[in-house]
Amino acid sequence: MTTAAPRPHIEARALTKRYDDYTAVDAVSFEVQPGEYLGLLGPNGAGKTTTIRMITCFSPPTGGELRVLGHDVLRDPRSVKAGLGLVPQDENLDPDLPVAKNLEVYGRYHGLDAPTRRARAAEQLAFFQLEDKAAVPVHELSGGMKRRLMIARALVAEPTILVLDEPTVGLDPQARHLVWQKLRQLRNRGVTMLLTTHYMDEAAHLCDRIIVMHQGGILAEGTPTELIAEHAGEAVLELRLPATEVEALLAPFEAGPGGVDVEEVEGLFYVFGAGPAAHEVATRLGDPSRAFVRPGNLEDVFLRLTGRGLLE
Amino acid sequence: MTTLTRPSTPAVARLRPDVSIGAVRVWLRNRDVFLRLWKSELSGMVIEPWLVIAAMGLGLGRFVELDGGEDYAAFLGPGLLAAFPMFTTVFESGWGSFVRLEMQHTYDAVIATPVSVDDVVTGDLLWGATRGVMSACYILLVELLLNPSLHMVGSPWIVVGILPVAAVLGLLFASISIMFASIARAMSQFQYFFNLLILPMFWFSGAFFPFESLPEWARTIGWFLPLTHAVNLYRDLNGGDLAWSMVGDFTWLLAATAITYVLALALMRRRLIV
Repeated sequence: MTTAAPRPHIEARALTKRYDDYTAVDAVSFEVQPGEYLGLLGPNGAGKTTTIRMITCFSPPTGGELRVLGHDVLRDPRSVKAGLGLVPQDENLDPDLPVAKNLEVYGRYHGLDAPTRRARAAEQLAFFQLEDKAAVPVHELSGGMKRRLMIARALVAEPTILVLDEPTVGLDPQARHLVWQKLRQLRNRGVTMLLTTHYMDEAAHLCDRIIVMHQGGILAEGTPTELIAEHAGEAVLELRLPATEVEALLAPFEAGPGGVDVEEVEGLFYVFGAGPAAHEVATRLGDPSRAFVRPGNLEDVFLRLTGRGLLE
Repeated sequence: MTTLTRPSTPAVARLRPDVSIGAVRVWLRNRDVFLRLWKSELSGMVIEPWLVIAAMGLGLGRFVELDGGEDYAAFLGPGLLAAFPMFTTVFESGWGSFVRLEMQHTYDAVIATPVSVDDVVTGDLLWGATRGVMSACYILLVELLLNPSLHMVGSPWIVVGILPVAAVLGLLFASISIMFASIARAMSQFQYFFNLLILPMFWFSGAFFPFESLPEWARTIGWFLPLTHAVNLYRDLNGGDLAWSMVGDFTWLLAATAITYVLALALMRRRLIV
């Protein structure tokens, strides 16, 4: 064994996906370390899903280099896919097979023998609280159960890397928290996780590190805390006031780097970098519906970096 | 840093199939589903030959006189072995594959595993052929049961020959059907495939009336229809007179299978890997 740091599970260098008329992913470089939970955060169309599709060998890169578990995705897709478990955005369970059989057939695609795949299917159903649904047709499951079954299916061959594309989109808050809880528990098994999301709370909740993507490129990268500290700050002042009043209020502050920065989204002004003065302004106005201070979050990071919101 | 620029669609252009044991696993998935739903799956296949033989062999056959005094039921026997298994395979590999590809997204789920697109196509194709062989064997069984009165089976050669002929016919129509599924955008487009290609072939390949009675130009068209060659093979086997022309018919079917198989693989890769 070498003493060097273990090889990253995913290595992307200048990874590019160009279609005839546009570039979906534009020369992005990043790594995912063993055991890390990495989130790709960005709005729809940022290039997150295309990145995932290249990693999972659904879409051949048109430029750059992409290695997963040491294997080149173009030269050795079978070895790449053998170490991956994918949870796609759209449900694609096998409707012709009942719940447990869905997992067993998937285990067979991965080359597991019959006793192993039966044992693994039972184990995953228990972990995802679906054991009493084993013999039920897939279409009788709720949305949350289907999503859990998709994650169970991705785990049946015990992949090294779990890849999830928008794992909780369309789920109610309860179902979503159950999915989060299960994904956090997987940490104990040493799984590496790569997920895409456009929910900042999901990224903050699950990820050790976040890559903020926008228009096919990487805008920023870091732990949630680092990103918030660097781009949003501890206190964000929200003002719901006419633009002229905002201007008057902020006149005493210095603008530009090191000073305050204002972003406007649909009549709501976000003031970053005002420091303790943010609280003074809010107290002076005395009306929380017009001026309000709250801690910075990842949504602010995205707003600062792009001038736009994540969900639109 | 080195930046490698590669062609955008390398896999599509590849001719050599990338097939592994994964194809067998895809076949097994289809078998598992079939075994779960066998009652509904089999009902059509079980009843159909009886209906067809009753209507055409017994009903229509009483009014038909063939040159040389051959009984119509005896003429129909080998034709049915080719025509109806074609339907079975077309439904399984055409509609069935399209549903798995486009409606259920089963193919997307499968190729996320070490199974390749070529494995999926090959497994589905082998399954479509399996269904065709099952159908052909069952029709032959019915014909043998009715043989004392209808004389549909004329030679033991057909019992030997049915497996290779039904297998190559199944593989060919499975390839043609999956090829069409891979370019179809909507279920309704199967109407064109079925009404413009499969149905005319069903009626005009010599299964229901002697091919030789058609005008020269129609026979030329007939030569290009795959089903014609399967009907020829079954007729020769059923007559018990093995001819060199059978090598030609079988080679035609094999060559057409090879070409449509490679096309089906390339088209499905283009559809799924983008």
